Amino acid sequence: MIVARNLTKAYGEARVVRDVSLDIPRGGITSIIGPNGAGKSTLLGLLSRLLPATSGSVRVDELDVASAPSDVLARRLSILRQDNHVTARLTVRDLVAFGRFPHSRGRLTEEDRRRIGEAIQYLGLDELADRFLDEMSGGQRQRAFVAMVLCQDTDYVLMDEPLNNLDMRHAAGMMKLIRRIVDDLGKTFVLVLHDINFASIYSDHIVAMRDGAVVKQGPPSEILQSQVLREIFEIDIPVHEIDGRRIGLFYV
Amino acid sequence: MPLLALGVVALVGLAVWSIFVGVSDVSLGSLLESGWTDAPTQILLESRVPRTAALILAGSAMAVSGTILQMLVRNRFAEPSTVGTAEAAKLGFLLVLILVPDAPIPVRLIAAAGFALLVTALFLRILRQLSLQSPLVVPLVGILLGGVINAAATFLAYRFDLMQSLATWSNGDFSMVLRGRYELLWLAFALTALAYAFADRFTVAGLGEDFTTNLGLDYRGVVALGLVIVSIVTAVVIVTVGMIPVLGLVVPNLVSLMLGDNVRRALPWVALLGAGIVLACDIAGRIVNAPYEVPVGTMLGVVASALFLYLLLRKHARLA
Repeated sequence: MIVARNLTKAYGEARVVRDVSLDIPRGGITSIIGPNGAGKSTLLGLLSRLLPATSGSVRVDELDVASAPSDVLARRLSILRQDNHVTARLTVRDLVAFGRFPHSRGRLTEEDRRRIGEAIQYLGLDELADRFLDEMSGGQRQRAFVAMVLCQDTDYVLMDEPLNNLDMRHAAGMMKLIRRIVDDLGKTFVLVLHDINFASIYSDHIVAMRDGAVVKQGPPSEILQSQVLREIFEIDIPVHEIDGRRIGLFYV
Repeated sequence: MPLLALGVVALVGLAVWSIFVGVSDVSLGSLLESGWTDAPTQILLESRVPRTAALILAGSAMAVSGTILQMLVRNRFAEPSTVGTAEAAKLGFLLVLILVPDAPIPVRLIAAAGFALLVTALFLRILRQLSLQSPLVVPLVGILLGGVINAAATFLAYRFDLMQSLATWSNGDFSMVLRGRYELLWLAFALTALAYAFADRFTVAGLGEDFTTNLGLDYRGVVALGLVIVSIVTAVVIVTVGMIPVLGLVVPNLVSLMLGDNVRRALPWVALLGAGIVLACDIAGRIVNAPYEVPVGTMLGVVASALFLYLLLRKHARLA
């Protein structure tokens, strides 16, 4: 379980995340939704020690994020942020191998190599394993990063907008893949998502943020309600049930 | 790896050639004839071998510095002379020369490397403040910073009548290398080896701060290590043979095109190619206008510009 207590992040006067207390359960997919500037990415940064909190605390199971050694944490929790310009020219296999770094400190064992091979296979990247990242499409590159995180073999995986820049097919493919990893391997994924319908269909738990605070959390059936969505996004979104799934029609 | 072995053989070939090129007659024949005791042997040991060793050590160290900087800055245009490191080291040497004229070499070196470190760290800090992270902005900022420091150095050198020293540091030239006057370069070699030991960390740093932290590594620590290595290497090269420009720019880019940016894989090639190009340029410089010499910096400028143009025109999108 990831437990955040009274988490605040301030840049000068501006408090981007305000006094957030949150329990993210172990197992399953938790999605963080909310309008632009709600503090979703900042919250993810705080949960994963990429950003130091101004005040408050985060615990990942028994580890206090602020004080636990970074390499210990790296075997428990991984984070993928969207970095739009990958400048380094690495092959997929090299990138995935770096997922083992927290375990092997750069000296790969047979066990490491086996896991690297498995991760590449799991993501269907066998054919592309020796291609350079900068010669691949956005969707393929995203899968390579997921393979790396899989290789890192952490209980918790945090992803900031994993569907960014992906077309419909690749976005749905990515969400299915994450669902499969969670169900097969029993991992916990925390995702920042923009599309409420992806959050509705694939997550077990949704956390809604606005103005740096958590305004609502619960299972998708509770969040995908017109009056709740109005509170979060300040627009009227009719919600329909289609094939047993709650879909918000925010296009109209 | 057989390819790498082939590269080493080629380098050894160049080195042997380099040893036997020159004004005075040093050849296997003359060495044997004099029974390894006379003038040819002396020239061989006092001048030729040190010169060749210096070329290899300085060339590989500067190329490796370029690779490290490109990883830390995450930009393909970074190298000691485009981010202010080289200019800062020169200013450091100059200040010591003015303030403590009889300071021993270690003190001078520490001062110059310290200056280089400070300025390169300042450069990274400026980059962090810039929101516009166009790849071209990075070398522009670095060249500006270097220009300002160079202006200060030139002013001081002019005032204190040290223009000649400044010119010596600025232009790579191996014609003055003699035994006893190049050995400091072994320090640069040791640092190059250290960089290889930490190669994986530099690769990770090249993927960004978040990526590095995610893997449980201390990003600031990796950057600090890289900056220390680059600063000392640059200072050592400047004070022993003078600045060798653009090598750190061209060689890492060439190797990256061929092998990618896994530093562990690339670094041996970077070192080999850096040494090879400097050796070849020096040999050419000694031959084209014999018995006079064209300084290696000039030759390198011609060769590296051609290579750089090739890189730009071939893979324009990726470099710029």
